[in-house]
Amino acid sequence: MHLTEEEKKMLESDNPAVRKAMKLLVKLGDIYGAEEMVEINSAQASGVSYKSIGDPGLKFLQEFADEGAEVSVPTFANPAGMDLERWEEMDISKEFAEKQNEIIEAMKGMNITIASSCTPYLWSNLPGRNEHVAWAESSAVSFANSVIGARTNREGGPSALAAAITGRTPKHGLHLDKNRNPTHVVEVEADLKNISDFGALGSWVGKKVEDGKPYFVGVTSAGTDELKSLGAAMAASGAVALYFVEGVTVDQRDVSDLERLSFTEGEKEDEYLKLTASEEPELVVFGCPHCSINEIEEISKKLEGRTVTKDLWVFTSKAVKAWSDRMGYTDVIEEAGGKVLSDTCNVVCPIEDMKYESMGTNSGKAANYLPGFCKQDVMFADTTELIDKVVE
Amino acid sequence: MKVKGRGVTEGEAEGEVLFSSEPIGFYGAVDIDTGKFIEEGHELEGENIAGKVLVFPRGKGSTVGSYVLYGLAKNGKAPAAIVNEETETIVATGCILGEIPCVDNLEVPLGELVDGKKAFVSADDGKIETKG
Repeated sequence: MHLTEEEKKMLESDNPAVRKAMKLLVKLGDIYGAEEMVEINSAQASGVSYKSIGDPGLKFLQEFADEGAEVSVPTFANPAGMDLERWEEMDISKEFAEKQNEIIEAMKGMNITIASSCTPYLWSNLPGRNEHVAWAESSAVSFANSVIGARTNREGGPSALAAAITGRTPKHGLHLDKNRNPTHVVEVEADLKNISDFGALGSWVGKKVEDGKPYFVGVTSAGTDELKSLGAAMAASGAVALYFVEGVTVDQRDVSDLERLSFTEGEKEDEYLKLTASEEPELVVFGCPHCSINEIEEISKKLEGRTVTKDLWVFTSKAVKAWSDRMGYTDVIEEAGGKVLSDTCNVVCPIEDMKYESMGTNSGKAANYLPGFCKQDVMFADTTELIDKVVE
Repeated sequence: MKVKGRGVTEGEAEGEVLFSSEPIGFYGAVDIDTGKFIEEGHELEGENIAGKVLVFPRGKGSTVGSYVLYGLAKNGKAPAAIVNEETETIVATGCILGEIPCVDNLEVPLGELVDGKKAFVSADDGKIETKG
């Protein structure tokens, strides 16, 4: 791989963390056949939850921080395994909390912003079109590539961290024009009424196209929340990192020679059935990916003056939580008996160690992950139906 | 026997060959403090990978596997070297972080490296030499 003088200097740096980070990127670049590095403007660090990385990850991060690792571009942390302040209310053990806090401290030491969220683009980190970044959370990667038009591969924990430290990533995959073209056309005939319908579509398509790049036609309108739900589901059931919605994210393109799939009302209903193994959730969760302020407002309106008889958790970022507190949405939800939690989510917190066996979600992504990662029987349905399940 | 391959990382090491025809997902499969292979039903279950020339087709599973290889190295329980059919990013990352010599893309099938034989692995030159 061709390296600039500055990049060569990093390989010989006095700082062992810089040296190691650059070495890692060069080797990964060699494996992927990259010809050079590309400078990035931001990074997203994954592998934050103690549940995900365990003691091996904690040890690595601590030693890396001790060696002098420090990020050189704005870098935001992915969700942790608990609400960093209200973890006791989540039945998180003291031991887990201590380990989680050690991970957070190590990351803070590297100057990573402890945003603990999968939606940095909602409040702080919005790249420009064609800007190169190194993001690691799969739904954020999909949103960055597809909706924003920035360029990132699906990074892993160590590779995103190495990119954050050096400010570079090997130029291959989705950083190159030639790899950013649609591979399948998806004709959407079903009526998409809410974010869970977009999640059902995403879940279905991800399984069909795996790591392909679907091009949707027939979606007449989709906002940030709908696209966030669609992309997240495709990145969970498949490995989609870039998609196109004709008339929404891109203008019309010639896709006449691509394989065509068709998503009808029948496929939509079938996907809900496939992702549902329980009709009686003990815990209902919203916020996978993390809720926007609009989603929280909707939930609070539906809960106003009602009483939740089971458990109901809303996951969001600390930033959006602050707005929710200020607008009174948090009070409405918590007076009804729910909780608004930040910093964590239903996939990376240790739900399998809690008292629950069945969960309700409006997220196509969560519905794909909860049975495996959290050992839960899932009910996949839209927000209104789920709320009706757990209120008096 | 001398075999050529591609050096994925750097360094040289010698050890006894421990061969697996199955891929390995290190997270959950290997005890980080002892190097013992603990995944139930895997053909290496019960073996210890510390100090061995570990030969397997490729890595799989959780990306935390990289941290496991690093942790094993820090505890002095890492394989002496790793030889793959094709090294993917999880194992490559772990070998770079843990400074474990790693070679892939051999000119012969992996099965030519026989269990229990001594092997010298040079990731610097991308070659393997077996003895006896």
